Amino acid sequence: MTKYKQIRIVLNNCGVIDPENIEESIARDSYMALGKCITEMTPQDVIKEIKESGLRGRGGGGFPTGLKWEIASKNHADQKYVVCNADEGDPGAFMDRSVLEGDPHAVLEAMAICGYAIGATKGLIYIRAEYPMAIKRLKIAIDQALEYGLLGNNIFGSKFDFNIELRYGAGAFVCGEETSLIHSMEGLRGEPTIKPPFPAEKGYLGKPTNVNNVETFACVPIIIRKGASWFNKIGTEKSKGTKVFALAGKVNNVGLIEVPMGTTLREVIFEIGGGIQNGKKFKAVQTGGPSGGCLTEKHLDTPIDFDNLIAAGSMMGSGGMIVMDEDNCMVSVAKFYLDFTVEESCGKCSPCRIGNKRLYELLERITKGQGVMDDLQRLRNMSNVIKDTSLCGLGQTSPNPVLSTLDNFYDEYVAHIKDHKCPAGQCKDLMKYFIIAENCVGCTACARVCPVGAITGEKKEPHFINSEICIKCGACMERCKFDAIIIK
Amino acid sequence: MEKVKLSIDNKLVEVEKGTTIYKAAKQLGIDIPVLCYMNLEGLGIENKPGGCRICVVEVEGRRNLAPSCSTDCTEGMVVHTHTMRVINARRTVMEFILSDHPKDCLTCAKSGNCELQDMAVKLGIREIPGQEYAAMSTYKMDFSPSIIRDLDKCIMCRRCEMMCNEFQTVGALSAFNRGFQSAVGPAFEMDIEDSTCTYCGQCVAVCPTGALTEKDHTRDVINALSDPTKTVIVQTAPAVRAALGEEFGLKPGTLVTGKMVTALRRLGFNYVFDTDFAADLTIMEEGTELLGRLTKFLGGDKEVKLPILTSCCPAWVNFFEHNFPEMKDIPSTARSPQQMFGAIAKTYFADKIKVKREDLVVVSIMPCLAKKYEAQRDEFKVDGNPDVDFSLSTRELAHLIKQANLDLKTLPDEDFDKPLGESTGAAVIFGVTGGVIEAATRTAYELHTGKKLAKVEFEQLRGMEFIRKATIDFNGTPINIGIAHGLGNARKLLDEIKAGKSEFHAIEIMACPGGCIGGGGQPLHHSDSSILKARTKAIYAEDEGKVLRKSHENPYIIKLYEEFLGKPMSEKAHHLLHTHYFDKSGKIEIS
Amino acid sequence: MTKIKTIADLVKLRDELQSKQALADSADNAESIIQIKIGMGTSGIASGAKDVMDFLIEALEKRNIEAIVSQTGDMGYSYAEPTISVKKPGKSPIIFGYVNVQKADEIIEKYIKRDELVEGVIPVNYHTIDN
Repeated sequence: MTKYKQIRIVLNNCGVIDPENIEESIARDSYMALGKCITEMTPQDVIKEIKESGLRGRGGGGFPTGLKWEIASKNHADQKYVVCNADEGDPGAFMDRSVLEGDPHAVLEAMAICGYAIGATKGLIYIRAEYPMAIKRLKIAIDQALEYGLLGNNIFGSKFDFNIELRYGAGAFVCGEETSLIHSMEGLRGEPTIKPPFPAEKGYLGKPTNVNNVETFACVPIIIRKGASWFNKIGTEKSKGTKVFALAGKVNNVGLIEVPMGTTLREVIFEIGGGIQNGKKFKAVQTGGPSGGCLTEKHLDTPIDFDNLIAAGSMMGSGGMIVMDEDNCMVSVAKFYLDFTVEESCGKCSPCRIGNKRLYELLERITKGQGVMDDLQRLRNMSNVIKDTSLCGLGQTSPNPVLSTLDNFYDEYVAHIKDHKCPAGQCKDLMKYFIIAENCVGCTACARVCPVGAITGEKKEPHFINSEICIKCGACMERCKFDAIIIK
Repeated sequence: MEKVKLSIDNKLVEVEKGTTIYKAAKQLGIDIPVLCYMNLEGLGIENKPGGCRICVVEVEGRRNLAPSCSTDCTEGMVVHTHTMRVINARRTVMEFILSDHPKDCLTCAKSGNCELQDMAVKLGIREIPGQEYAAMSTYKMDFSPSIIRDLDKCIMCRRCEMMCNEFQTVGALSAFNRGFQSAVGPAFEMDIEDSTCTYCGQCVAVCPTGALTEKDHTRDVINALSDPTKTVIVQTAPAVRAALGEEFGLKPGTLVTGKMVTALRRLGFNYVFDTDFAADLTIMEEGTELLGRLTKFLGGDKEVKLPILTSCCPAWVNFFEHNFPEMKDIPSTARSPQQMFGAIAKTYFADKIKVKREDLVVVSIMPCLAKKYEAQRDEFKVDGNPDVDFSLSTRELAHLIKQANLDLKTLPDEDFDKPLGESTGAAVIFGVTGGVIEAATRTAYELHTGKKLAKVEFEQLRGMEFIRKATIDFNGTPINIGIAHGLGNARKLLDEIKAGKSEFHAIEIMACPGGCIGGGGQPLHHSDSSILKARTKAIYAEDEGKVLRKSHENPYIIKLYEEFLGKPMSEKAHHLLHTHYFDKSGKIEIS
Repeated sequence: MTKIKTIADLVKLRDELQSKQALADSADNAESIIQIKIGMGTSGIASGAKDVMDFLIEALEKRNIEAIVSQTGDMGYSYAEPTISVKKPGKSPIIFGYVNVQKADEIIEKYIKRDELVEGVIPVNYHTIDN
């Protein structure tokens, strides 16, 4: 039998069934796990099974799911809630959207299982309003499940009731953080509060609430159906099962992949991803989105799991994986992610609100060639303080792209500062257009196309670009038929 | 109560479970700096969003630093409050905050009284790296009759938001925008004047920076004082004398009545009068109104509106006009003492000294910012000329005195001028929660029963509890009295009335914690609730020191009725001393 | 639809659905039919999957080819969207990538009608939970 690198557990039904037809899901065993839980297992059995499976939260933190359920189950209250975090927000990540669009019943079934395990009868899916297709399919799925009696009251003839409603997010990244998410659902400003109290104690409307991410839930029915011991055979010692990644960037085969924990970055990028586009050289891979870091050549053989990625200076995150080649400027990459965090910071705590802005400003200066060497020490100090003092996970991880590029691409920072050069040729402010006199025939084509009159020269004589005036639009280079114009 | 033991800076301490690291450290004499955190101890007013991150400390075994204001102590915890890591983090965070704060300290209204400035001093900040290219978050300035908002100076401590939303339940302030551009203000960034703001000024009272300040009228007053064609008179509210001394380094709770009078006289006011006189007048009008409604009620009239609500707090008036307009016929129609004073000054007194209304300038010194708004209400103007021209806060008066090169501490004591400077102890206690209703009770009791009170103090009406209840025996008729301070607490009593479940005949409401002594125009308490308690004590001491302690015994009040008003609730009194209220619930338009 | 009240109800329904599917899949059955699924996740739709689906439904009907055309979720091959899966009775499903209207036409004419392979086939590269 062929040995493939991927195993589709979470994506089992994605791209196979019609997500708007519950019968196609049922034909592939949907709701069998829920039936098994309700009719054959006690809530404690369910929690035990999930604990034994070794499933850890796929939203980024990697907290053991079974333990989370157990804590929520032990907090007594008249009402508890199960919340599905579908506020996927990392740039370039679309795993959760794909699962919701391709296999909504897996998530619904898992939420009901969780409700049974912790003693909750209400489920809420917090989904960003920018996912209209996922919302539509979830609504259809909920209606169909109700119609078939697989959600609602007295499921499988038991006393267990479970109903699911949708709550829409306005697309604030910070609402992926569970306390912010809960505040947003309550109609309050989406900003985090200090834990404890944890949602398992005091969550939605002050009631015990269990929040899991879409992908985490999608693992649950299969664990129940095939058993914890089937699931925990897959993966590494501390990270069980598979992980879905949205593979993007400069690889040939961008897309949605699912690999067992422990697969190496090399296997993902060069085998599944088909290597780097246009035969260019691999430079770095960014995991964990704006909270993650950039890993390099030397990390390619690291088996991917929660702990290894953190040890390497990045993190699993929700599963964005962006591959970069030699044309990517790493200072600009750090700046890109900081730009995102500056936009998405809620503004509650000062290090995240102001510190990230200051980090961004410093990176901008460096990419413009205005940096000084002392800036690098300042970047590092500010980054460490922001990590050390921010209120929630957003600020505590936002400097990671800066720190990991400083660690792994220090020379590139130095080149920007000392030589005023961007080795990748990406930073516009550091580029200069030149005419190679030997190649120039003096055809005047470049001078005529230059929108700012930066090019001068006599007909049939070599021309000259005044870099003070040049706006680096590249029009001259495109026009020149003699390869006489270069960027340095 | 379960106890936990921990070590802070190598000192062992045992605290109750649930105590924060910050409080535990305090027990050991370790003063961890806090900025956004605010706690009015004993009042249950606490702000701990954990946002500024100045109070971070190192906890062994924890990955990141912990905010000490909002992290509970746990058994065996080992805390360090001044390691290199902590000091560096604290200073860096402070540099962040200052990098987005204007540097116009020299001309800032809060200069010298600014918690951010103090923190910069404490942390030894000497420069802000990269300031030359650091962008600043900027916002429009917002001017209102009472409060000025300069959000460029907002550091997102959220204290104002907590006071406005949780304590006052006014809901005019909340965070808007995200990230670097976030600040606190009314929804949709509308102007405060267009919001449901009551101008209680509690946001100003807690703001650690110059983001929220009062509208300053000191210039206008100096101009009036130096205008030879104007006669300028001043009235001072009861709570001012119990707090003004703090601005001159005197211990909180020091009464400076006589020194204040001297200072005002030396500032050049032609007559130094007392709002307390008008407070006595208020009791005559409001007390008569209360007795009138009560008599009707006890006589079986079911139409009569009870409970009667006091109406001397202008923030409270704004509050019910916005939130309970359907109940606007329940509060007493009596104007506030400030406005009664203005109306009498510009009629009775102006006639007496033969000065034309437009040449008489009435200045009030108030512990309050809502009084500024009240003074410019249209219904308190005659042909555009306001009864009270300028309302200054206690803080502004302190500035005026300092500018006149007067050292309040060393000034001799002088007496108020007559006739509008005479007052009783009943008027003085208007400055504390429960005081207005106690003063009304002293008079209403004696007028209703025709008996003299053996003891004028009604201890059952005193205290700092937010909602208090007492039943007073009016010669066999039990009268139920309710008291609330803080608009959130007032809301609870109003909801009861709305639901038809109120047991009270009369309710006193004050918007600020502790009553006027805790007003938005008072010297800043900087989160020290013992200051409010000391001021309260001072007010009761002033009452005890008075010869006359019941409003109806004020000889100048008696004379005022004889010479001018006739009797309480007379037509003239109605015209000059009573008002009507407006429905402001639908006023908010979003453009 | 009668509600599922017991686990036995669910098992019964699942088994019925499965045998129906098996019947449709098998080579020698009168009810066997060509099954086409279009990857209609957001990425697929953004790349034009809806046009392809509309075209397939219309073209198959016009050309008198009996087939079930349905939507499914994201197949994972973002680089090759739109993607469609074509299953002929008795055969394993084949996934085609880069399917625009022309390509869909080619798939009908060559693969569906004449069993000729066309370019753009994406080979299976993963295990499922069952193997």
